[in-house]
Amino acid sequence: MNLEVIFFFIIAALALASAIMMITQRNPVKSVLFLIVNFFCLALIYLILHAQFIAIIQILVYAGAIMVLFLFVIMLLNLGDESQLTEKMNYKKSIAYILSGVVLLEILIGTGLPLNLNFSSISTKAASIGTVEAIGKSMYTEYLFPFEITSMLLLAAIVGVIVLAKKKFQ
Amino acid sequence: MFTLGVIGVLTRRNAIIVFMCIELMLNSVNLTLVAFSAFHGNPTGQIFVFFVMAVAAAEAAVGLAIIIAMFRNKMTVNVDEINIMKW
Repeated sequence: MNLEVIFFFIIAALALASAIMMITQRNPVKSVLFLIVNFFCLALIYLILHAQFIAIIQILVYAGAIMVLFLFVIMLLNLGDESQLTEKMNYKKSIAYILSGVVLLEILIGTGLPLNLNFSSISTKAASIGTVEAIGKSMYTEYLFPFEITSMLLLAAIVGVIVLAKKKFQ
Repeated sequence: MFTLGVIGVLTRRNAIIVFMCIELMLNSVNLTLVAFSAFHGNPTGQIFVFFVMAVAAAEAAVGLAIIIAMFRNKMTVNVDEINIMKW
């Protein structure tokens, strides 16, 4: 139970708490802010796992770009607080919670019920594969084709967004 | 975290918050991939996380554009009221 494990548990608890706060807020702006806290906690967990590139990309892309996009859309649509959040505990919501419980059970069983408390340490190669150099070397030689296809995907997404969201010209 | 995202998708009615819960689910999968990649010393997991992030960014942009287009027509983002295809 060294300092790294304690740090991980604190950050993980903070990530879970911010996720719970995100799905129970009525104001969508507060939900976005809690999700940003969650993303920062995830970036810290990535740093604990020696994945430096993914951590920085997470902060840049997710917390920096996608959440700002969400905030823009929320403020563009000028949404108020969502009413009827606490009422309506009818059979629909209970079925939703039961389904989510089933999903959680499936995930726990699928990952092998981690009930043992001896924290097996990560691999010794973890620090060397997480650098930008290692990921770049692996991506440009072995995974070059998905990399190029991703650029086409982003182009298609950009064209789709502009077509969907522009005003109609008469 | 994945289960929390599922709960959020199933119980919230604001379409934008549903999208944010989908992003939460994608991030939980990213965390799992990076953890296993660090555990086995295989860089494939982190490369896959990179692509998942790119796809999630594109999907978030397109989804928000759909929401904007829907909002122009019906002036609401409540998923219960978007039922013109209901039989």
